Order: sequence, then C-alpha cells, then structure tokens
Amino acid sequence: MKFLKKNNGKHLLMLAICGFTIIAAKAQTETDALMMKQNELCIAGVYAHNSWSNYWEGTLKRNNANIGSVTSNEYHLMGNYGIKNNLNVMFNVPYITTKASAGTLSGLHGFQDISFAIKWKPLSKKMGAGNLGVFLGTGFSTPLSNYVADFQPLSIGMGSTNFNGRLTVDYLVKRFFVTLSSAYIRRSNIKIDRTTYFTDRQIQSNQVAMPDMLQFNFGTGYRYGRTIAEISLANMTSLNGFDMRRNDMPFPSNRMNATMVGGNIKYNLAKLPALTLQGGASHVVAGRNFGQNTNINAGLLYIINFKKSKN
Amino acid sequence: MKKFNAFIYTLLLFTAISCKKDIIEQTEGIAALNPTTTDINAGDWKTILLSSGAEIAVPAPLPITNPLYIGELNEIKGLQQNISKDQQKQITYWAAGGLLRWNEIMRELVAKYNLPPYQNEDGTYPFPQANNPFAYPLFPFSNPPYAARAYAYIAAAQYDALVAAWHYKKMYNRPAPYKNTTGINAMVTPTDLPSYPSEAAVIAGTTAEMMKLLFPTEIANIEQKAASQQLSMMRAGAATRSDMLAGEALGRAVAQKFIARARLDKTGTPATIGNPDSWTKLTDNALKYNLTPWVSLESPKRPPMLPGFGNVTPILMPANDLIALRPGPPPASGSAQLSKETQEIYDFVKNPSRENIRIAHFWADGVGTYSPPGHWNAIAAKDFIAQNLSEVKWSRNMALLNLCMMDAAIITWDTKYFYFNARPCQVNPAIKTFTGTPNFPAYISGHSTFSAAAATVLGYLTPARAADYNNMANEASRSRLVAGIHFRSDCEEGLKVGKKVGDYFVARGKTDGAQ
Repeated sequence: MKFLKKNNGKHLLMLAICGFTIIAAKAQTETDALMMKQNELCIAGVYAHNSWSNYWEGTLKRNNANIGSVTSNEYHLMGNYGIKNNLNVMFNVPYITTKASAGTLSGLHGFQDISFAIKWKPLSKKMGAGNLGVFLGTGFSTPLSNYVADFQPLSIGMGSTNFNGRLTVDYLVKRFFVTLSSAYIRRSNIKIDRTTYFTDRQIQSNQVAMPDMLQFNFGTGYRYGRTIAEISLANMTSLNGFDMRRNDMPFPSNRMNATMVGGNIKYNLAKLPALTLQGGASHVVAGRNFGQNTNINAGLLYIINFKKSKN
Repeated sequence: MKKFNAFIYTLLLFTAISCKKDIIEQTEGIAALNPTTTDINAGDWKTILLSSGAEIAVPAPLPITNPLYIGELNEIKGLQQNISKDQQKQITYWAAGGLLRWNEIMRELVAKYNLPPYQNEDGTYPFPQANNPFAYPLFPFSNPPYAARAYAYIAAAQYDALVAAWHYKKMYNRPAPYKNTTGINAMVTPTDLPSYPSEAAVIAGTTAEMMKLLFPTEIANIEQKAASQQLSMMRAGAATRSDMLAGEALGRAVAQKFIARARLDKTGTPATIGNPDSWTKLTDNALKYNLTPWVSLESPKRPPMLPGFGNVTPILMPANDLIALRPGPPPASGSAQLSKETQEIYDFVKNPSRENIRIAHFWADGVGTYSPPGHWNAIAAKDFIAQNLSEVKWSRNMALLNLCMMDAAIITWDTKYFYFNARPCQVNPAIKTFTGTPNFPAYISGHSTFSAAAATVLGYLTPARAADYNNMANEASRSRLVAGIHFRSDCEEGLKVGKKVGDYFVARGKTDGAQ
C-alpha cells in the first residue's frame, strides 16, 4: 500500500481517441479512480501515435487508396494538482500533426484543444471485502487556435468547445480493481470556412451543430505498490449526426461512434519515486463514420510536492 | 457541502454557456417578396427558346362573376380556416419568392448528387445511367459541367415560362383573389399584378417537369414540393385553383420545349463521357504543344471527367463564337515559366497561412457541394433578395447568370481537353493540396472562368456591386493557387475567357427588354 499512499494520483492514462481526426485527445485521468494528494502537482509529457487505413463510411467498412493510411502524432503536456486530497484540477495541452500516406491531400499540424477538468471524490468507504470510491467530474475544452475542422480526415480536431459531466465508480479488492466511468459531452456549434454544406440536406449557414456524445469507460486490473496494469473497454456514441454517403468525404458532424479495447501500464521508479513511466495501446474494434484506429502511447510523469512541511 | 455546491454551480454554468445550438439559416424566415414594380410589360421581353411570350396558348379565364370562379374563392376561404403552424410556415417559406426557393432547391439537389462513383471490383469505374437512375451510381453525378448545364436549363425554362405568364397576365388581367371578394386574407404582399396564370404555379410546373430530364430520382420529391408551393399560395390568397392549373400547364409546356432541345445538345453517354479509346487520344494535342499530358491522380485511376463536354451545344451563344474564345497553349513542359509557376504553388502549400486555407475552403465547392455555379447562384440570390425584384425579373437575372456559366463550362472543358495538361501536383508530387484534386486537366481553371463570367454578368445587373463581384472572382481564382491544384496561367487565362463569355451575356441583357 506504500505506493498508493505516497504516490497515488500520478496516474495520467493517455488514451487518445482518434476518429477521422482526434476528437478527444486528452488525459483520461478524468476516467480513473486515482487522486493527487493535497499540494501535489503531477506534470506529464505524453506522446501518442495513431494510425488507421480502414474506416467505416456510415456502417460500411472500407479502405481508400486515395488517402492510404492516416497517421497522427500527438504531444501532450498535462498537469494534475491536488487542491485537497479529494479534489483535483487538471489540464492538458496537445500539439498534433496529421498525414495521409497516399493521394494529394496535405496533412495539418498545430495546437489542438486545451482542456481543464475538476475531479472530486465525495465518497470513499469500505464495502464488503474492498473499498468503494465515487468520483464526480466536470471538464471543459476549447480550441487553442483557429485550426481547420472542416478538412476531415486530416484536421487536427473538431473545433468545438466541449463541456462534460462525469460519474466514476471504483471498487478495489486487495490488489485488483474495477472502474466504471461515464460522461456526457456537450459540444458547441462550430464555424467552418464555407457558407453552406450538405449533411442529409443543404444547410445554409457556416455554423455546424455538433452531436453531443456519451462516453463509457470500463477498466479492470492490478493496482498495488509501484505498479498499475489495466485493460480497458471504451465506447463513445454520438447522440445524433449523419452518416457519410457512399464515397463522400467525412464531416465534423458525422455520427461518429467507436468501441475500443486497450491496455496500459504504469510503473513508479523505486530509485526515483517522483518519476513514473507509462505506456499503453488501444485499438478500435467497431465504429461508425470512424477510422479503425490503433493508438500507442508512452509518457513520463513527475510529481512535485509544494508543501512538504504540512500534511 | 460548500464544495458540492461549487461543483454544481460550475456544472450549471458550463451547461448554460453551451446551450445555444439552433442554427438560423441564411434565408430562413425572410420577409415575403415585395417587388418595387410588377414589371407588367415583361410579356414583351425577349424569350430564349420560345418565339415570344405568346407562343404557347393559354385559354381565357372565367370572369370573376362566374359561379365557378366564386367557388374557387370559397375554396381559398376554406383553406384559410384554422391555419396550422406548419401551414403558416410553408406560406412564409414560399412567399419569400418562388424563384428564390426553387433556386435553393436546385443547389441542394446538385450538392446531393455531386459525388464521384465508387470503383468496380476490377478497378474500372461505373457511370450513372440516365435510363436506370436508381441503380448505383445514382444518376446524375452532378459535377460542375453537369451542374452548370442543369442550372442553365432550369433557369432558362423558368424565364421563358414566366415571360409567357406575364404576357397572359396583362392580356387577361384577372386580379388576385383577395381583390375580388371580402373575406380572403392576403398572406402574401398584396399586388396589382394579375394572378392568372399564377407565377408560383408556372415556376413549380416548369421546374417539376425539368426534373424528368435532370434529376429523375427526385421527380416524386419535387412534385410534392411543387404541389406544396401551389397549395400554400392558394391558402395565402395569392391565386385560385384555376390560376394554378393554367400556370402549371404553361410551365410544363415550356419545360417540354427545353427538354426536347436539351436532348439534342450532345450530352450524355457516350458523347460527353467518351470511352477508353477516345481517352488515350486526348494526349495527342498535349504532346503536340509540348505539354505534360494529364494523368488521373486517383487510385485506381479514374477516367477524366466529361471529356466531351466542350462539344455541348450552348443554349444561346453560337457554338463557333464560344469555341473561338479558347486561349493559346499554357507554358510548355520544361520551360522556365512552368518551373517558376510550379515553384510558386509549392511555396503556397509548404507553409500555408490560415487565411489562404480559408480562401481555399470558402471557394472549394468540390465533392458534395453545389459546385462553383451553385456558389455564384447563392451570391446572386442574396443580392436579389435585397433588391425586391418581381419573380419575372428574378428569373431573367438568374437565366442570364446561368446561361453564361453553362457556356463558361463548355469553353473551359473544351480548353481543358484540347490541351490536356497536367496539374501542379502531377508535375511536382511534393505539392500537397488543401482541397481534393479535380479529376481533369488543369488549363484553364474552371473556377476562374465561372467566376469571371458570373462577376461580369452580376456586375452588369447590379452596377453598385460590380467591384465586389470582381474581387470575389479574383479571390475564387486565387483560391485554386493556394489550394495547390492550379497554376497561375490556368487562373489568369480562365479569368480572361470568363470575362469574354460574360460580355456576350451583358450584351444580351442590354437588348432583352428587361433592364
């Protein structure tokens, strides 16, 4: 239990979600059951690589020799600060590059969406053989620049300002845990560079209504001492939006759904307890208007304690 | 508890900020059309295919004292009982102007069908079949030349039909229903324009009939809209059933003349599409002029888009006069000029400014859009709304604009396939693009030709905006450079040719009796 007492919360699982573009590239600390202690700041640098060559055009799975495989690289700077032992605030700043391996379309690059989140643990109690934790969270993200959202699949993001509300429940028995997290993501309209566009009808506006989304994350694994190892199943579902037509280009307000399986591992160095290494991977197993993405990621986490004398 | 409250407040605040999702579209809920003049003499304006507004006979209406006509007025009174919200919405929609609404519907149809077919298993491509329109790929593929011709035929037919309608309006002079009885509420702008035959029904009938040629899978859908327009305008008190019946019949009769003409204009398979043998011969001239012959950059290689479209017969302009506008050859392969122009495009796309990407996307009008002619229709419509034109004047302006852009398409496609030269990203594969690379040769730029042609006509129709249109055309042209898909000479020559096509239609506009 030494690890959990001293260092819990340094966990910043990076699970980049990549659709036709990266739509929710952010620290998934919002989904886990770990908290930074009061006055501790965790700073992380995470790299992620995404790649897909098959995608779902509506529900039809296909490839496209005119784009080949679409890859993106993400570079994240993240932070998580413990205001209280049970109240954390976090941020994430991602820089993203995209590229298609075939065809003539240009890749893009730039800073994507800055995000902030608050995570609060109102309940922690013994239950049965283990310990139950309940977490409430809310998050906010907004574009850091006026990047191009209407150039799917090579845009670096969707361009919307998002708010989410989240509920996470965690149950730990001895060294094994189960975490279930769900969120509702409210997405603002976006503005595109054209004055009109076709979804399932012509819309005479430069504004695009983005579908809100539901997100579920189920993780289970081992959490003890200096090691956390987890396998996960995640799903994101658009609450509306339209399907791509046959051989059409993707669009930000498509009905983008995806189910991903993944795993990640974190290890806290014994000789340098402030430092943790993490790595992970995920793969899309089902989707709609979505690329069948494979993500691999790796990161370094460093903890600074601002008030060593207290607590 | 404090913490919990703070948490809830933050959540509420976020929700409140993010709540506005409704999008008000550009012409949603705009005021009813309120023309500054009825253009009562428009029946004398010069027609396009009809010999005159009197060519197609329209029978005399019953006098307004006839019990059958009084029955029609009672029908309107019945329709005006307990008008539902949805019925009111339909009235507001159509009262803004039939020409406007049908132009918007046309733009929507073009966007809906502007998708390149997916390849066959063997790497060849299927072509939409007019005689089997519901099979994939749906007929038509409304690419820019197809769209230009479709907009032009619809606009020209609507114009001739409305000139004919105005001829009979003046001749029979039957006032609008609300002038012939008490108890009918005018839910459109009251007008002295006679209502027989109804202009709404003329436009509905013409457009619905033209769908049989242009968008056969949409006939059922469009007939419903045509019926909805007529019912809404009856309910609004604008016209009676016999006004509608006469208008619709006239519209359909005029449309049939245009359809007959369109069937002989050398479009369709194989005339405009060609075949593998004809495609290989396209390189002859390119080699003769020492140009790099175009190849498809799609995978699998897609046959070039409508190589025969340059042979299509224009509706108004003599074909020989139009083809005489074809410019000289573009810079030769290996020339210093070509090398300089290729470098220019490379520099544009290497580190594009956000503004240049905006321009590229604003004017892209590619796959899944209403195409460049549709964009110019949208620009024109926005300005015509502000000018309070009569339906017949709207129609005349739209006809001039779209006839002009169809001819711009013909001369552009003629030039493209005459020289058959490569695009920048073929010459230098390091050039990546900010819009899809069109699957046809570069010289001359269609965007440039369409835009200069449109700007010339619109500048004539609305002189106060001439400089704005010119700037827009220049930006549309430039958008193809910064998008990485055209050379400067493609664009500059395109603008010149487009201007010349535009001049022809300005001359026509000066003599058609409408200005």
